Order: sequence, then structure tokens, then C-alpha cells
Amino acid sequence: MASLPPIDVPRGATGEGAFDAPAEELRGVVFETLLRLGDDSLVLGQRLGEWCGHAPSVEVDLSLANMGLDLIGQATLFLNAAGEAEGQGRDGDSLAFRRDVLDFRNCWLVEQPNGDFAQTMARQFLFSTWQKMLFEHLTASSDETIAAIAAKAVKEVTYHAELAAEWVVRLGDGTGESRRRMIEGLDWHWRFVPELFEMDEIAAKAAECGIGADVAKFRADYDARIRAVLAQATLEPPADQRPILGGRRGHHSEHLGHLLAVMQYLPRTYPDATW
Amino acid sequence: MVTILDTDAVWQVLESVADPEIPVVSVVDLGIVRDVGPKRVTITPTYTGCPATQVIERDIRSALDAAGFRDVSIETVLSPPWTTDWITESGKAKLHAYGIAPPSAERTAVCPQCGSAATEEISRFGSTPCKAQWRCRDCLEPFDRFKCH
Repeated sequence: MASLPPIDVPRGATGEGAFDAPAEELRGVVFETLLRLGDDSLVLGQRLGEWCGHAPSVEVDLSLANMGLDLIGQATLFLNAAGEAEGQGRDGDSLAFRRDVLDFRNCWLVEQPNGDFAQTMARQFLFSTWQKMLFEHLTASSDETIAAIAAKAVKEVTYHAELAAEWVVRLGDGTGESRRRMIEGLDWHWRFVPELFEMDEIAAKAAECGIGADVAKFRADYDARIRAVLAQATLEPPADQRPILGGRRGHHSEHLGHLLAVMQYLPRTYPDATW
Repeated sequence: MVTILDTDAVWQVLESVADPEIPVVSVVDLGIVRDVGPKRVTITPTYTGCPATQVIERDIRSALDAAGFRDVSIETVLSPPWTTDWITESGKAKLHAYGIAPPSAERTAVCPQCGSAATEEISRFGSTPCKAQWRCRDCLEPFDRFKCH
């Protein structure tokens, strides 16, 4: 496998001249953890917003927009908290709209293009199932803000995971065409699942001090849940492919830049605009 | 000096603040107001992304100001997370009368139009984050149901 880009250790974490290094390091880990959580929600929320007015039916349109809204609400909370943890005067808006693509910390799964409705639902199923389990663990985070946001958001995400699972079954066990499209959707996204369970240096440190979750703890539950829903949908799990990693360190697919260009257009063109 | 009487008066003001999306219920009916203490009102959002949250805070602010409680601040808390269990009984009755099936643990909703229990879900999401779309199989009317949350 190709070598991964170097880990971007938060400023002040190590090295000469770092005053009160442990406290600074902790602050960096909290900041980075919040960015990862916030960017996952933000990017997927933006993706779902692209469906607005284009979904197969008005009910589906409302579902996708509502899920997007929940995710953007979570992103606002996570990124505002990240700005506070960083202590450099940035808030959720400046983190969302004034960072460049290499500074985003979301996973590859959420930035993937919507494709057709089946591909969107396959992505939602793989992500929301993971996010629900993650948030369940984070309700016990030693960081009070992360614990409170997770406890609030887990109720919303449970709904997302159920809705997406229903569509996987409905399309997978549906007509020949819906089945083919769901198989293709799952196949496209399958290689991005291992990244959800990657424990790099920052994730390990966050888990060690109780801020973040040890994702390895729910890998078996995740696999079991995915397989159970696929079985109900009369589908086989896709063949394993070479995993794609790097989003947590700012390496992204070309798709994220296009997404940000749309999302950040207004605040970049008219800085500090108000209405 | 803030007296008990003042706290009661603040509660009364809050009971007059309508939810911007469902104006028949107040922010107190919905359980959004968690606490009224001396000099501070504590509120909690329903859904993290609910656009009404900011409007609600603004409406509460203007209602407090208009009633002369300019020095009462508003604090937003996330924990414990809002639940539909906090909607008051009178709030549920008002929702039903307005045509929205209130949240309940039952599998089926009671149609707010004709009272039939022969109802079914059309979509898990509705016009706002807090509602799902349902349909009555007897009178055939579609209706919103408050999601259990």
C-alpha cells in the first residue's frame, strides 16, 4: 500500500519552546477530534443538501433535506466547540467557510458524490450505522461538550441509520434495476469503510485520555449490523478492496474541492456579508 | 431584587411565546424552557439543526424585553437532551386540535381529523425535523405526527 502522508501534529504539541506542553497537547487533541467529528457531519450535510428539489419523490426530498439539516446542526455545534478549544478566535462559520480543502478532516466516505439515489442511500447506510455507534460511545466522553453533543445527536442519527437501512432493503430486494443500482452503490463506497475504523496517533491519544472513542470496540457490532441488513436485502457484502485512507490528515478525493467551492462561494466572494 | 413573584411573571411571559413553526403551542408547552431562575432563563434546542431555534431565542428575548425583564439573560444548554416526553399534556392536546398527532409510544397514531386508529406512516420525515408524515386509512387525510424523540 502507498505510504500515508505524515500526521499533522497540532502546533505546540511537541518540540522546543512549547510551554506547558501536556496542556497544549491535550488542547490540540480536543481540537482535532472536534474537527473530525464536525467535518464528517458538515460535508455529508452539504452533500445531502444537493438533493434538495431533485429527489425521486417529495417524501424522499424531505427526508434527505431533513437529514442534511440534522448533520449541519451537529457540525455547527462541533465546529463552534472546535473554535473554542483552539482559542484563536475562530468560530464554526470561519472553520466551515474559510478553510481550504487540505485543512478538512472528514473521512472519504462522506465526500463521495451522490450518484443516483441508491448510491446516496448506500453511503448513508454505511456512514449513519457507524456514526450512531460512535456517538453512543462518545456520550461517555471525558470532554463534557463532546458528550453533550453526542447524546443530543445520537437520537437524530439513529433515525438516519434506520431510514437508510430501510432503503437498502427496499432497493436491494426490489426490482432488477433497483437491485443493480444498490449493488453498485455499495460497491462504490465499500473501500471507504476501513477508514472509519482507522486509529492513527491522534485518534489513539483521544481514546487514551477518554475524549474520543476507541472505534475498534464496535467494529464487530458494525460488521454484524451491516451484514444483517444486507442479508435482509438479499445482498452479499461487496468484495473487499484496497482501503482508501488519508482524509483525517487532509488528503481527499478530488470531489471535496468541488463541494467546498460551492459551499464556500458566498462567504469567500462577499467576506463578512450580513443580511 | 428578584422575588418568587418575578419568576412566576417570567414564566407567564414565556407561556405567551409561540413556537414559530407550530404557533398553537408555546415554548413552555414544548418543553424548550428548562428553568427560570433569578436573572436567567434556560432553554434547550429540540433538534440540533432546527432553524426555529434561533428564532425562538430571539422571540423570547423580545417578549422578556417588552415585559420589562431586560436584565434576565437566556442560556442555551444541550444536556440533558430535549425529549418529546417534556411536551406538556396541554401542549399535546393543542397539537391534536391543530391537526398534528402528538408524540406517543403507540405504534399507530390517532388521526387528528376523524379519530381513527387505522393510520399508517408515509414518510419518516415531514415538513419540519420534529414531524413525520402519516395518512389515515379511514378518512384518507394525510397528517403530520410528532416523532417520538
